[in-house]
Amino acid sequence: MQTKSRFLTITASLGYLFLYAPIFSLIIYSFNKSKLVTVWGGWSLKWYSELFENDQIIDAALLSLKIAFISASLAVVLGTMAGFVLSRFGPFKGKMIFSGWVTAPLVMPEVITGLSLLLLFVAMEGLFGWPSGRGTSTIIIAHTTFCLAYVAVIVQSRLSSMDETLEEAAMDLGAKPGSLFFLVTLPLIMPAIISGWLLSFTLSLDDLVIASFVSGPGNSTLPMVIFSKVRLGVTPEVNALATLMILVVALGVIGAIYQMRRQATMTVKLDEK
Amino acid sequence: MSMTAKLQKYNFIKKVNWGRTFVAGVPAFWLGLFFFVPFLVVFKISLSEATIAIPPYIDLLDVDMEEAYISLKINLGNYLFLFEDDFYLDAYLSSVKIAVVSTFFTLLVAFPIAYAIAKADGSKRVLLLALVILPFWTSFLLRVYAWMEFLKKNGLVNEFLLTVGIIDEPLIMLQTDFAVYIGIVYTYLPFMVLPLYSALEKMDGTLIEAAQDLGCKPMQSFFLVTLPLAMPGVIAGCVLVFIPAVGEFVIPALLGGADTLMIGRVLWDEFFLNRDWPMASAVAIVMLVVLVLPIMLIRNSQGKGEAV
Repeated sequence: MQTKSRFLTITASLGYLFLYAPIFSLIIYSFNKSKLVTVWGGWSLKWYSELFENDQIIDAALLSLKIAFISASLAVVLGTMAGFVLSRFGPFKGKMIFSGWVTAPLVMPEVITGLSLLLLFVAMEGLFGWPSGRGTSTIIIAHTTFCLAYVAVIVQSRLSSMDETLEEAAMDLGAKPGSLFFLVTLPLIMPAIISGWLLSFTLSLDDLVIASFVSGPGNSTLPMVIFSKVRLGVTPEVNALATLMILVVALGVIGAIYQMRRQATMTVKLDEK
Repeated sequence: MSMTAKLQKYNFIKKVNWGRTFVAGVPAFWLGLFFFVPFLVVFKISLSEATIAIPPYIDLLDVDMEEAYISLKINLGNYLFLFEDDFYLDAYLSSVKIAVVSTFFTLLVAFPIAYAIAKADGSKRVLLLALVILPFWTSFLLRVYAWMEFLKKNGLVNEFLLTVGIIDEPLIMLQTDFAVYIGIVYTYLPFMVLPLYSALEKMDGTLIEAAQDLGCKPMQSFFLVTLPLAMPGVIAGCVLVFIPAVGEFVIPALLGGADTLMIGRVLWDEFFLNRDWPMASAVAIVMLVVLVLPIMLIRNSQGKGEAV
């Protein structure tokens, strides 16, 4: 038993090393003074100041944030509706089809989703004159489409693991479907909606392939700019950008864990009372 | 009101419930328009001929009202070319091979991590879980970039091996299939760890003790008890890793060499480099039929909830 758990500790530690070694090397070299990424020239914040002076990267980051914000919000509305249908409408005709319909985007390779949406936009432009050209709005439509599937799955699993008695009680007390949803169900599934929004926001912020297909000239998102820079070669300011993004995410995750633990201890205290 | 009248009224309301229709209809309409109709367009364009114009294809249907003339021209050339040229078949096979091999290695790396998390308790478990999920929330592209820097000729891995004296000259690791495997394992590791962890967490530890009391060696008890019990997690994790890996574009494009053939990359190149939209569409349709449909069938037979 002893040897086995030592074996487990060693292999699991190697796994974590594998996860974090490249990230730490990236963070350390983002503070490197030398332009040659692997030659250590002492500590410096040079690449951070160059990053903030790089208008191309800043503009792309702002565009990506805007697209991610709008797409995540739209995806949350549509995805919550779909998740609600899947778990609260009971059996209905075509439920299997609806369920497959909603989750299909999850298994579609990005290259196919991107290509097919682009061809749709081109065909629609030819037929109806809309969307005229491609840019921010076509990227938002594309991102909303694949994010809504993720939100639907998260909301559905939260709803089906949830106790229905509260909703039944509200119905017995005369709540109409609308107020039932907004006053009872929605507050209860809020954690699922928030994590669905955050996941959609991250997925949208991160997407290179679909955005490359459906964006137009002059509408480069942050991943598109990073991709073209990385393909060209040495890019120390990308290290600085990566470090900043990792920092933001790490703070967010730590905050979320802290919040979760506080809530957990609160529930324990309530239970004790 | 009599009971039957009440029931009739209830049934009537159920039949034309506009609220329900609206709630189900809006997302269904959105997905229909922006996810399913596009495939019909792709199919249509895969049957057309490429040309130098904007957009770069000739429409199938040519309607001329004045001359009362309608022509429909279907071009099967793209599909014939797909099946004749070994290049495309090789790309499909190579994608499946790369996805299978890297899914296997992801399982190897993920298993001890998931097991260690399941065996840890309290706040240590939360921490270990968070450490696996954290990289998943950072940019995928930047994580792939981190490996480019790490594996390159004068990168940290080579520097380390040279300093320690294991190698005499730097290894060429970047732009090889090896780097692609690493990239896929690294990127999709959380997808494997989480289902494995939830399967292992449910496992009853006394079963292993019982097996060992009955004379099982650690290795035996692993293969005879632990692994079979973790099987639902293994399958769910493998499906979750295989699906995105097989259509991957970014990882082979950045970490792979010129000869790393993957179908996602072929489609991208047909579209962006050759500007052959009909050919790219034909590749997409075949990919849909031979890769995505089987995956969907497997997923459905496996049961919905656990796969995601």
